[in-house]
Amino acid sequence: MGRFIILRVGRALITIALVVTFAFIVLRLSGDPAQIILGPEAPPEVLAAFRRAWGLDDPIWLQYLHYFGAIAQGELGRSMRDGRSAIEIVAERIPITLALTVPALVLKLGIGIPAGVYAALHRGSLTDRIVMIVSVAGFTIPSFVLGLTLVLVFAVQLGWLPSGGQDSWRHAILPILTLGIGGAAILARFTRSAMLEVLGQPFIRAASAKGVPWQDVITRHALPNAAIPTVTIIGFMVGTLIAGAVVVESVFSWPGVGRLLVVAVANRDLAVVQCILLLVAATMVISNLIVDFLYGFLDPRLRSAKGQKAAGGQP
Amino acid sequence: MSDRESHFVALDELTVSFDGVRVLHGINLTVSRGEAVGLVGESGSGKSVTWLAALGLLPGKARIGGSATLEGVELIGAPPSTLDRVRGGRIAMISQDPASALNPVISIGKQIGETLALHRGLSGIAGRAETLRLLDLVGIPDAARRIHAYPHEFSGGQNQRVMIAMALAGQPDLLVADEPTTALDVTIQAQILDLIQTIRRELGMALVLISHDLGVIAETCDRVAVMYAGRIVEEGTTGALFDDPRHPYAQGLLGSLPPLSGPRRRLVSIPGVVPDPRLLPAGCAFAPRCPKRVSTCDSAIPTLGVSHPGHRVACFAEEAVVQEQARSHGYAA
Amino acid sequence: MTSANAEPLLLARNLRRVYQSRRGMFGAPSLVRAVDDVSFDILPGETLGIVGESGSGKSTMGRLALGLETPDRGSVRFRGSPMPMPSTAEWRTLRQRMQMIYQDPLGALDRRLPVLTQIREPLDIHHPREHHGNQVKAAEMLARVGLSREQGARYPHELSGGQRQRVVLARALMTGPDFLVCDEPVSALDVSIQAQVVNLLIDLQTELGLAMMFISHDLRVVRQISKRVAVMYLGGFVEEGDADDLFASPLHPYTKALVSAAPQARSTNRHERIVLTGEPPNPANRPTGCAFHPRCGAAMPRCKEEAPALVPVGRERRVACHLYPAATSDQTRAA
Repeated sequence: MGRFIILRVGRALITIALVVTFAFIVLRLSGDPAQIILGPEAPPEVLAAFRRAWGLDDPIWLQYLHYFGAIAQGELGRSMRDGRSAIEIVAERIPITLALTVPALVLKLGIGIPAGVYAALHRGSLTDRIVMIVSVAGFTIPSFVLGLTLVLVFAVQLGWLPSGGQDSWRHAILPILTLGIGGAAILARFTRSAMLEVLGQPFIRAASAKGVPWQDVITRHALPNAAIPTVTIIGFMVGTLIAGAVVVESVFSWPGVGRLLVVAVANRDLAVVQCILLLVAATMVISNLIVDFLYGFLDPRLRSAKGQKAAGGQP
Repeated sequence: MSDRESHFVALDELTVSFDGVRVLHGINLTVSRGEAVGLVGESGSGKSVTWLAALGLLPGKARIGGSATLEGVELIGAPPSTLDRVRGGRIAMISQDPASALNPVISIGKQIGETLALHRGLSGIAGRAETLRLLDLVGIPDAARRIHAYPHEFSGGQNQRVMIAMALAGQPDLLVADEPTTALDVTIQAQILDLIQTIRRELGMALVLISHDLGVIAETCDRVAVMYAGRIVEEGTTGALFDDPRHPYAQGLLGSLPPLSGPRRRLVSIPGVVPDPRLLPAGCAFAPRCPKRVSTCDSAIPTLGVSHPGHRVACFAEEAVVQEQARSHGYAA
Repeated sequence: MTSANAEPLLLARNLRRVYQSRRGMFGAPSLVRAVDDVSFDILPGETLGIVGESGSGKSTMGRLALGLETPDRGSVRFRGSPMPMPSTAEWRTLRQRMQMIYQDPLGALDRRLPVLTQIREPLDIHHPREHHGNQVKAAEMLARVGLSREQGARYPHELSGGQRQRVVLARALMTGPDFLVCDEPVSALDVSIQAQVVNLLIDLQTELGLAMMFISHDLRVVRQISKRVAVMYLGGFVEEGDADDLFASPLHPYTKALVSAAPQARSTNRHERIVLTGEPPNPANRPTGCAFHPRCGAAMPRCKEEAPALVPVGRERRVACHLYPAATSDQTRAA
């Protein structure tokens, strides 16, 4: 088991390093930060001074080494815009984003899983078909279309809710709905197919055959098995808590991490972009790690495949 | 009616249809207390469906007709609470693939314990003690340690032993074993059949053994019913039926079995294939493949008429032979 | 082991095949001897039956005999020449002379092509321009395996299991092979259909003078089809001999148990069953000495330490068991 953890953590670190490197390459090759930040009319000597100040004159590999070394020490650099620490800039946006994504996640789980389970248990029924149609719509409609539609209906037409901004809890309702509906649709579909797969397994009939009431067959025998594939997608959703709202934040002018990223990329504010990417990579990787361990917890077959004997296997 | 009540389980004109296609055409079969009955037939003959229908274990789209009674109590259409008490408590089932019939994420001790709690109200220390006793009974070595293990940690044969332990946990009066050894190696098959026999003898439990393997049935059962295309075509005591099968299909099945000793002979092969239940012939379903087919076979469906001591056969050709014999012996009017 | 008057078609000597296996994702790799020190001959037109339970290495044997896998030790010679390395040109040419039939015919067929086209395919590859001739030959083969023209036009999923296996057989026979390896070819079929395919295999074999290696766990089918039979246990032959004779008077304790475990339908044939204790052996955890000794009723102290060699016992039998020391002339009895 120890070996397993070390390997997984090692792999996670490598993933993060690759993401950081990739970000560096893409951002540095797509334009001169000095030019973009200072504007096209900036005099050459100002540009030169800016480049010197930020080390942009050094060969690219040296810049990369500096940058990587700094990250390894937890130093993520300063914003080229206002010189504030990038971590500080990003950190103050995190709670703002979480204020959208956490309620949205609750919405996804709270609607998606029960809807999926219900549809699977009533396969072919009217409800099943409605759930399926809604869920197909839910994940084929892009979030900006959904967001704008919600704005049109609830803000413009009905005037019930504000269309953008972050002044009160009422401003959060539409973005949360936009995020939640799409995710709930995906989750419902996933849960439904996982559940159908499990319900078709012989052990479900075997459980009925030994006299387990249907309710308990579902809760004790079917759900724990259906949870195994569903955990993957939930893990992915947890991984997007920080950066999954880029589009929605833009649509609703919600000043979270997503908006910050869009602005920072447009401005070639390297340190901030990299900081966000690092954060995103880290949350994805960590949520993946958690999923892996959850698998082990949910599925005894994986536990022993990892070379660890199941609980009762110890002498 | 008195006949029905004297039997432990009685199936009466049991029918099953899926999406309007009839797959079971009126099964009449009884099982007495402590009796071992075999159901033999090829895939699609309806041998498993018969028992799944009787216990209400078919999917919702199945339409079930006729009757299945346990000690006179009707099971078809019975409320779930009744069925849940019968399943596992009065009639237990084990199936072909033990590995997939056990829940992969629940330890075997818990799965056996579930049955104990449901049907005998045993839990906690008493439940654990009884689980250990059962695992011991079915020959799982080192039960105290293995009780926490999961199905994937056992071999196929051991999983089938666990299934049997789980079935016995409810102290059923009848065990329905659906191809219990088909997925197992020959030597392990012998172990499991031996175990089933021993337990049956010790507990006086009735057994319904469903198998395509004539040998397995013959060595285990008192009585046997041969099924073809959703009907019983021959039924009788095991000795009588296997030593002198009367239905051409039963004869063909036995003839298809290569001998293990004595001179080799060309196998009797039944020509053609099992008919699609959607495209059954108008008369006897076996007629198109039958070497003894007479003209009646194409238009009428034979019923299980008494023909020989210890046998009942559903066959017009056989009926004619029997009548001829009776006439020549001067018994007929 | 070989009648002196015929040149063997296939000659296998001291075959060994070792697989690397890991326990779990990060377990230490261990070596599993799937086949260990197996020698046999197959004469032209002769069928050697291979009987064994899961994990006995019988399927590996089949792939080694066909040259689909290369032995780690020992050699296979076909018509006197060594088996070429897989995927070489010689190897591909040899494929026409040796064919394999598997348990699952649906997996062996292309779902998108009518079966007659698939039967014709091996000919089209080798004689691409003789379209009409190929078609005629394929149609002849279709009839020979007992399928109608109309069935030839169908797709695999429109046929029954037995019919599909006939198609696979027809396709295998199109290149006129003289050696066929059948790995559990009838195990997935119903009894009555099984009999059809077994009869067909026997007919074709007699007609075409095919040599076969017939691998199965089903003793009855193996006896029906084989002239000689070898019983495998944990990668090795424990007994080999004439099929009728071996099943009538098995010598090795494992063969005895295997034969007695086969259920009998007719009461006259019934006898006391020998029920082996223990599980089928795990190749990754091989017992010392004779692999069978932990389950053997007749095990002696010697069996734990020393693996018995496969030695001739009587005229036509080879047995690997310490109960049967190699026959000297005075021990040899006519069967």
